[in-house]
Amino acid sequence: MPTLTLLQAVNDGLKSVMRTDPDVLVFGEDVGLKGGVFLATEGLTNEFGKERCFDTPLSEDGIIGTAIGMAMNGLRPVAEIQFQDFIFPAFDQIVSEAAKLRYRSGGQYTAPMVIRTPYGGGIRGGLYHSQSGEAYFAHTAGLKVVIPSTPHDAKGLLIASIQDPDPVLFMEPKALYRSVKGEVPEDVYTVDLSTLRRVREGKDVTIFCYGAMVPVVEKAATQAAAKGIECTVVDLRTLLPLDEDGVLEAAKSTGRVVVVHEAPRFCGYGAEISALIAERCIEYMEAPVKRVTGFDTPFPNTLEHHYLPDDRRVLDAIEQTFEF
Amino acid sequence: MTASLQILAQDGKPVRSVPELAPERMVELFEHMLHVRCVDQRMLKLQRAGRIGFVGTAKGLEASIIGSAAVLDHRDWLWSGLREGGAAVMRGLPLAEYVAQMYCNSNDTAKGRQMCNHFQHKGSNYPSWSSVIGTQIPHGVGAAFATKRRGEDAVHGIYFGDGATSSNGFHSGMNFAAVWKVPAVFVCVDNGWAISVSSSAQTCAESYADKAVAYGMPGVSVDGNDVLACYEATRSAAERARAGDGPTLVVLKTYRMLGHSSSDDPTRYRDDEEVESWAKRDPILRLERYLTDRGVLQKGAREATEKRLYAEIDAVVHEQEAAPRMALRTLVEDVYAETPRHLREQYNAFHAVVERRGEAEPGDGAFPL
Amino acid sequence: MDTTELLKVIEPDGATPGFDTDLSDAELVHCYRTMLAVRAFDDVCMKLQRAGRIGFSIPNKGIEATQVGAASAIDKTDFLFPSYRDFGMALYHRVPPVEMMHNMFGNELDSAHGRQMPVHFSFVDPIRLYSISSPIGTHIPHAVGAAHAFRLKGEDRVCLVSFGDGGTSSLGFHSGLNFAGVWKAPVVFLCQNNGWAISCPSEEQTASEGYAIKAKAYGMPGIVVDGNDLLAVRQATSDAVARARRGEGPTLIEARTFRMGGHSTSDDPTRYVPAELLEEWGRKDPVTRFQRYLEKEGIWTAKLEEQLTAEVSAEINAAAKVAEGTGQPGLETIFSDVYADLPTHLRKQGEFLFDLTARRGDAAAGDGAFPL
Ligand SMILES: Cc1ncc(C[n+]2csc(CCOP(=O)(O)OP(=O)(O)O)c2C)c(N)n1
Ligand SMILES: Cc1ncc(C[n+]2csc(CCOP(=O)(O)OP(=O)(O)O)c2C)c(N)n1
Ligand SMILES: [Mg+2]
Ligand SMILES: [Mg+2]
Repeated sequence: MPTLTLLQAVNDGLKSVMRTDPDVLVFGEDVGLKGGVFLATEGLTNEFGKERCFDTPLSEDGIIGTAIGMAMNGLRPVAEIQFQDFIFPAFDQIVSEAAKLRYRSGGQYTAPMVIRTPYGGGIRGGLYHSQSGEAYFAHTAGLKVVIPSTPHDAKGLLIASIQDPDPVLFMEPKALYRSVKGEVPEDVYTVDLSTLRRVREGKDVTIFCYGAMVPVVEKAATQAAAKGIECTVVDLRTLLPLDEDGVLEAAKSTGRVVVVHEAPRFCGYGAEISALIAERCIEYMEAPVKRVTGFDTPFPNTLEHHYLPDDRRVLDAIEQTFEF
Repeated sequence: MTASLQILAQDGKPVRSVPELAPERMVELFEHMLHVRCVDQRMLKLQRAGRIGFVGTAKGLEASIIGSAAVLDHRDWLWSGLREGGAAVMRGLPLAEYVAQMYCNSNDTAKGRQMCNHFQHKGSNYPSWSSVIGTQIPHGVGAAFATKRRGEDAVHGIYFGDGATSSNGFHSGMNFAAVWKVPAVFVCVDNGWAISVSSSAQTCAESYADKAVAYGMPGVSVDGNDVLACYEATRSAAERARAGDGPTLVVLKTYRMLGHSSSDDPTRYRDDEEVESWAKRDPILRLERYLTDRGVLQKGAREATEKRLYAEIDAVVHEQEAAPRMALRTLVEDVYAETPRHLREQYNAFHAVVERRGEAEPGDGAFPL
Repeated sequence: MDTTELLKVIEPDGATPGFDTDLSDAELVHCYRTMLAVRAFDDVCMKLQRAGRIGFSIPNKGIEATQVGAASAIDKTDFLFPSYRDFGMALYHRVPPVEMMHNMFGNELDSAHGRQMPVHFSFVDPIRLYSISSPIGTHIPHAVGAAHAFRLKGEDRVCLVSFGDGGTSSLGFHSGLNFAGVWKAPVVFLCQNNGWAISCPSEEQTASEGYAIKAKAYGMPGIVVDGNDLLAVRQATSDAVARARRGEGPTLIEARTFRMGGHSTSDDPTRYVPAELLEEWGRKDPVTRFQRYLEKEGIWTAKLEEQLTAEVSAEINAAAKVAEGTGQPGLETIFSDVYADLPTHLRKQGEFLFDLTARRGDAAAGDGAFPL
């Protein structure tokens, strides 16, 4: 089995599906000859031709709007939005159109499509190349929101997303593109959507996280273990629809929960996890749920490492929760 | 400014050669236009009586809608805005489904989820509009791209109003369509108004057809109250699209005779004289005069047709009034292909309350979890 | 209106038959010096980026005449809404290079306190240079709104907004130009058609015949100008500014030029820019063109060149040195300027961060390399 970076796994996932399904096409800004600004689509135009991997004019609204029409007419578009920060011109098409089409047509028309977009901080991108917009989208019925954190999941979840009958927002943690490596099967395989992954088992504290925060949390969990605190680490992988039973089970197993994400706290995804726990298993809780998140500010540039949750902050939360 | 294409003058006399359409086909178009008007009339009445919630009529636009859509055949797609329901009926949408949609009742194919006037007809490739102005434009372009990619020869008629030319979807849709050279015809029904904003205040372009040059496609202006001109202009645009020569913008200049919708009072923002001047240019009357002059329509034919249409419509309305109550489960179905667990749980909790209040019906039962 | 004929003033050999400039010799030298300063700024930033001392920069090479020509046509009291590839606009209006360098380093003296990426300048003095924001095209309607405000307040001021060929596909372009047309707003739209939107060639951006013609959709004049010809760009912009000041509304100017470098320091243009094109445009270098003109006018001398080059190089290197030696913004800048007043929840989050840093030490900085 080859060892790939997360970025290569995405690329491999795209290629594998395109080889087997001629209806799959990839388009967006700079995805053609340039291969995408991160090189996620490198080699696609060469292998599949300009017909199946091509650049579009600079309009996210156009990219997603036309992807919906393609999907309605039998193709499987995989549209790239260069940075999640630039998805907002297409917000209308995603939230009001793609996500609602099945419902509003009574199931007669659907938009099975994938929107791939790199998200998150850690690359000195400042306000507009660093945002984590999952909460805006996880609030949207009809959409699925998926975030991988390992190369294996990136490929498997991407293929599952492309094969899914509903529109999927596939958020790629750009901070992990080249920093994580792992074994990735060469064949076409899928990882089920809406199933979380238990990364690490421990009896003391449960930590929920996803995307680029997974390695940060793992590092903090290792540090905690050295201090005698055993953590369960859960990678949510699909934020919508969420594996609620899996969350409850993991929360109950320790009775102490920390939720970590880099997006701002207020009305962030951690609020949903906390509410779920408060509603459904408060009687198992030994400590209040603690959130470790980005601050409720825009994303800074020079000071981004202070803004982003790091192992210091996660460990701090683990200890406080443990000692509560 | 480009002169508008006109074929029939208001007195029904041709001012240039008439498209080759069999007399029976012209009568069909005439009847479809009448049908639009009669249906609108009835719907307004039902709205006033509180039977349905909302109507956006096409009064005055019948030639634009029917004349242009008559060009599209069965394999073609029609991407509608608010007012093309009559075209859907012409293309095969059963009147019962039309009325069910206006009632948003359990016979509605969209399960009563959309508000009134959002028709769909899968059988003739007619998706519904979402309500958000201009969003259907890139959808039509993407679908036309798919058609082209598969080497099929369907054409996509993409409809929108004068107001929609300011929308995001117009800009992206037109641009992508021309770059990709997709088989699409953009039909802009310039009916003079976007609610209370006149079409002359919507943009300062000399004509709406001029907007086509910004995207590198041809644009034509057409007398939108002249059904034959609408037909002819759309026909040649569709032919161009089918031949692989790319999209065209066809602007049909017409006038919205009534309010924006049943909830609008247009006297607040427009002059009676303007409305009267357009009343004199009635599109149905124009075709009627032409067909009568040619001896294709007999005296009294219009009245007889109207009578027949009203009877048909009324029968359908009675039927739809009796539709059973909407199944409650439709609240959470069709959000995803499979109803996920959290929605099933939400429904079941809701259903338990309904049941406790003694309001549940047999079909409303809880989902298995 | 004429949207097809290319406005050109300076011949390749520097001659300007039948044209008299309204610029004094000193002003012409300032224009030339500004172009040299842009080049020097580019070079220094490129070196700093390669050495990992700044994260990112945007090369301006090839576009200098467009930037300087257009900037020279507006007054200090006008508003500038530039794109990120407009260093020459700031430098022409005598924004001190060190202020720009503070932004490149994102240090504590940066006007935006290091919150934005490099190249995203923001100044109020000596000219109002609206804070550059990365999302393409969003600033276009802002410029229109600001221009409309001038008009409503009866002020004799205009806005100059610049964006790329790619920017014409953005939603902001469509709404901005439409509103400006309807409102007859005193704004000049400068489309820098530099041939590329990152890797997307201008021809794939739109099927229209160039970009100036798009003006027709909004009922305003569209002008095409040779973007490597400083005097032509100045002329077209001055005419448009005069028109705007007379209350006759907006103009769209398309400056045809060429991006001689990569999209940014992170881009490898050899993947997609044909070498012949680069060569062809290399021969049309805007700085050389203006230098020949100045020589023909008897203004340029080798000595002047030497003096200006030495001056700008010293100035920009010194600026970089000062900026690099300036400290980082304080942690409190993460929380300030989100709102006019610091809300309670942000104050608490700030206190938490100070406390955490005190207890567990500073956060570790990344390598600061930006991939785009
Ligand atoms: C994006 C958006 N903005 C506003 C509205 C409210 N609205 C509904 S119809 C309409 C006017 C549309 O005018 P036009 O495109 O000319 O179509 P017409 O109603 O004349 O057929 C407006 C503003 C909307 N539906 N969508
Ligand atoms: C809304 C949005 N989408 C995508 C991007 C990423 N991006 C940055 S610059 C650029 C190309 C811009 O090209 P153009 O407008 O021609 O300006 P140029 O860089 O050539 O000066 C793209 C796609 C962005 N910044 N904003
Ligand atoms: Mg209208
Ligand atoms: Mg460009």
